[in-house]
Amino acid sequence: MPLYILKRFIMMIITVLIIATLTFVLMRAIPGSPFDEERTSNPTIQANLEKFYKLDQPMPIQYLNYLKSIVTFDYGPSIKKPNESVNTLLARGFPISFELGMATIIVAVISGIILGTFAALRHNGIIDYMAMTFAVVGISIPNFVLATLLIQQVAVNWHLLPPATWSSPKHMILPVIALATGPTAIIARLTRASMLEVLTQDYIKMARAKGLSPFRIVARHALRNALMPVVTIMGTMLAGILTGTFVIEKIFAIPGMGKYFVESINNRDYPVIMGSTVFYSAFLVFMLFLVDIVYGFLDPRIKLHKKEGEV
Amino acid sequence: MVTKDPRVSIPDDWFRKKGEDRKQAEAVVRPSLSYWKDAWRRLRKNKLAMGGLVFLVILTLLAIFGPVFSPYEVTATDLRNQNMAPSAAHWFGTDEMGRDVFTRTWYGARISLFVGVMAALIDFFIGIIYGGVSGYKGGRTDSIMMRIIEILYGLPHLLVVILLMVVMGPSLTTIIVALTITGWVGMARIVRGQVLQIKNFEFVTASKSFGARTPRIIRKNLLPNTMGPIIVQMTLTVPSAIFAEAFLSFLGLGIQAPYASWGVMANDALPVILSGDWWRLFFPAFFISITMFAFNVLGDGMQDALDPKLRG
Amino acid sequence: MDVIGQQLANASSLENAPAIKEHQPGSGIATEENRKQKKTISQEIMLSVRDLEVSFKTFGGEVQAIRGVSFDLYKGETLAVVGESGCGKSVTANTIMGLIPQPPGRIRNGEVLFKNRDLTKLNKKALREIQGVDISMIFQDPMTALNPTLKIGEQLMEGLRTHHKVSRGEAKRKAVEMLNLVGISNPEERLKQYPHQFSGGMRQRIVIAIALICEPELLIADEPTTALDVTIQAQILELFDEIQRKTGVGIILITHDLGVVAKIADRIAVMYAGKIIEIGNKREIFYDPQHPYTQGLLNSVPRLDLQEEELKPIEGTPPDLFAPPEGCPFAARCPFAMEVCERVYPATTQLTTQHTVDCWLQDPRAQSVIN
Repeated sequence: MPLYILKRFIMMIITVLIIATLTFVLMRAIPGSPFDEERTSNPTIQANLEKFYKLDQPMPIQYLNYLKSIVTFDYGPSIKKPNESVNTLLARGFPISFELGMATIIVAVISGIILGTFAALRHNGIIDYMAMTFAVVGISIPNFVLATLLIQQVAVNWHLLPPATWSSPKHMILPVIALATGPTAIIARLTRASMLEVLTQDYIKMARAKGLSPFRIVARHALRNALMPVVTIMGTMLAGILTGTFVIEKIFAIPGMGKYFVESINNRDYPVIMGSTVFYSAFLVFMLFLVDIVYGFLDPRIKLHKKEGEV
Repeated sequence: MVTKDPRVSIPDDWFRKKGEDRKQAEAVVRPSLSYWKDAWRRLRKNKLAMGGLVFLVILTLLAIFGPVFSPYEVTATDLRNQNMAPSAAHWFGTDEMGRDVFTRTWYGARISLFVGVMAALIDFFIGIIYGGVSGYKGGRTDSIMMRIIEILYGLPHLLVVILLMVVMGPSLTTIIVALTITGWVGMARIVRGQVLQIKNFEFVTASKSFGARTPRIIRKNLLPNTMGPIIVQMTLTVPSAIFAEAFLSFLGLGIQAPYASWGVMANDALPVILSGDWWRLFFPAFFISITMFAFNVLGDGMQDALDPKLRG
Repeated sequence: MDVIGQQLANASSLENAPAIKEHQPGSGIATEENRKQKKTISQEIMLSVRDLEVSFKTFGGEVQAIRGVSFDLYKGETLAVVGESGCGKSVTANTIMGLIPQPPGRIRNGEVLFKNRDLTKLNKKALREIQGVDISMIFQDPMTALNPTLKIGEQLMEGLRTHHKVSRGEAKRKAVEMLNLVGISNPEERLKQYPHQFSGGMRQRIVIAIALICEPELLIADEPTTALDVTIQAQILELFDEIQRKTGVGIILITHDLGVVAKIADRIAVMYAGKIIEIGNKREIFYDPQHPYTQGLLNSVPRLDLQEEELKPIEGTPPDLFAPPEGCPFAARCPFAMEVCERVYPATTQLTTQHTVDCWLQDPRAQSVIN
């Protein structure tokens, strides 16, 4: 087990390093200086600006500085908002995005597992049919479409819930529904498929031969095994939800990190793009690492091998 | 023993050994169809999947010929007819520049389908080469190649795509390049898995012992058998690529005006959604969703049809 | 193949009590004293299967998996059910155990009488009070029969704790006792381990312990040694024998392996295409097989006790159970097939008190064919 954790940890560090380097190279590969758009004809101002953002130093030094900034979580100042650092933006926006993401994942995991399990237990029944219809529809509707639909109907036409911002639990309902529907559908499908497979296993037959109640068979023998594949896709699902927060925050005008990130993309505010990309990647890779460890605890067989998880 | 005794009524001459000419023990063989015919037969039974297939064929035809039926140019602005609701003149209404939404929807379909299909095809080529080599060579080559995959798999794909788009500048080509740079990994894993599974099958060993060369083994034995899951994966790549394109467009990284994909059209419609101009969002959103739905049900149906485990 | 011969050779000393060759270290009950205990089979019938017919709905139609099976099981005996794969022997086992999923399965006819109750008519709740308590089952593959994510202690104790409301301490004491019985050393520590920490043979011992923990009267073993390698097979068979001596449990042993049968069965039922075509005690089936299929089955394995020169596999394949033949299902493969065989299913002939066979060759009119 410690070896397994260590191996996963090293993988995590390598992944973050790759993303950081990739980000650095890509950002420096953009032709011209980020200040070209400012049309600062004065070369002194240009030079001073470059000095302020440490762009006057040779590339390797810049790279090292950059790596140092990642380790120390200091992503430097924004270009478009010079009096705000990337850190301030992250500190202000990330907690809100985190809230949205966590609420989404909790809703998606709970409802997805319940839906998938019932569908499997009533295989080919009406519940199964309805759950799978929901699942395939849920996977097919992009979250931003669902979000706008919810705003238009539930908020604007029916006045049931507020259409925007993030100021009370009531405000959270629509964004979370919009963001959680896709992941719920994916988890429901996966749970159903793996539950159906587990239910044909010999150890389930053996549990039935012991004369256990159906509830006990599902709760104790089937569910834990059926959830293994669900755990393996949690990492990629988190990534999807996280990037999903970008558009959801944009649509619902939620002042999270996603909103700043989208703004920075539209303004070509490179330090913010770089900082948020690296921060988000590191966060995601860390979550992936946690998921791996959880998996290791759930499956006593695990030593070094990770099960193949498909998305 | 409670047995009804049928002996009495049986004629004596039935108790003679049947001659050598008696019918050979004939195994009752159900009509054996080829793998693909059998799969197609079962796919056809799946109404939802067939509905998806029919829809996609119609959509493709409309994407190609739809604009022909429209009197409007896709980029033609008409400032006297801005934000018109659907009418006889403009079936899907007009946008804020007075452009015909109907015409633009079919151009959007071209872009969405093109992105989806290209992404799936490129994923397929890279994936089949990488996964095929990895799985067939095995050993150290395989473990190194898989380690690379494992790391790439851990990358947050959409973030990388966004980064690439920012750097390369938004265009149709960059969207496809960015999507395939991250997208081939899943396909490579599936191909490798299939190759590993089938590599160990006896018939491969058999043709090896008959002196068949490696390329022949791959072409004759491995490829046809690995195709099922790969085709399913391709079918399911298309909707996720369509989604990714729409998503990027929504973030302002889509292809640029005056052309429009469905994602760009939906994004442009956001500011007017609260003013009741529902058609602006409805048509692109509807077509994105229904197209993804069609691909998803088709992919599911193909998965069921191609899965040999379910062969009954 | 050699090995089967070996086992058959071992078993050829049928007069004597089954000889136990290997001694498994740590197998708690393999003491001289226990071995000398005489096996007692009473004349009391504990289980009676009558005219059982079970079918399954599939894509291609309805498969008639068993088509009228009847037999009795006496207290404390081992009845082996042998046949090729697909002959319906496992379906028979699962039907008795109440494990046929309905749908797609369907019990079309017949009854399974146990303790004056017809198990096929019981509701699920009543059935659960019998499953694991009065009747237990052992599965073919010990690698998949244990839940990989639960400690074996929990898997052992849950049956006991579900059916008899015993304390955790009491259940644990019983679990340790069971592990001792099946010959697993350090039972207290072993209880805390997961299935993957045991070898295949050890797992099968655990599966047996789980099956026996509620002290059932009937044990159904579905190919219990097929997935194990040969030395382990011998040890597990020895274990069955000793457990039966000690607890007097009745065993229905489902197998395709005649070596296994020779070793521990008291009576043998030969199944073909969903019917029992011959049944008798071990001596009668091994030394005086009457059905050509039984003879073919015995000729297709090497026997050291008979100076048979060559092995003769049975030609052809069993009939399609989607549309079973009207006559004898073996007729198409039978070297003695007569016209009657293809037209009418053979009448049952009672040869001795225990030995019956379904074959037209028993009819006096068939004399010319045999010679």
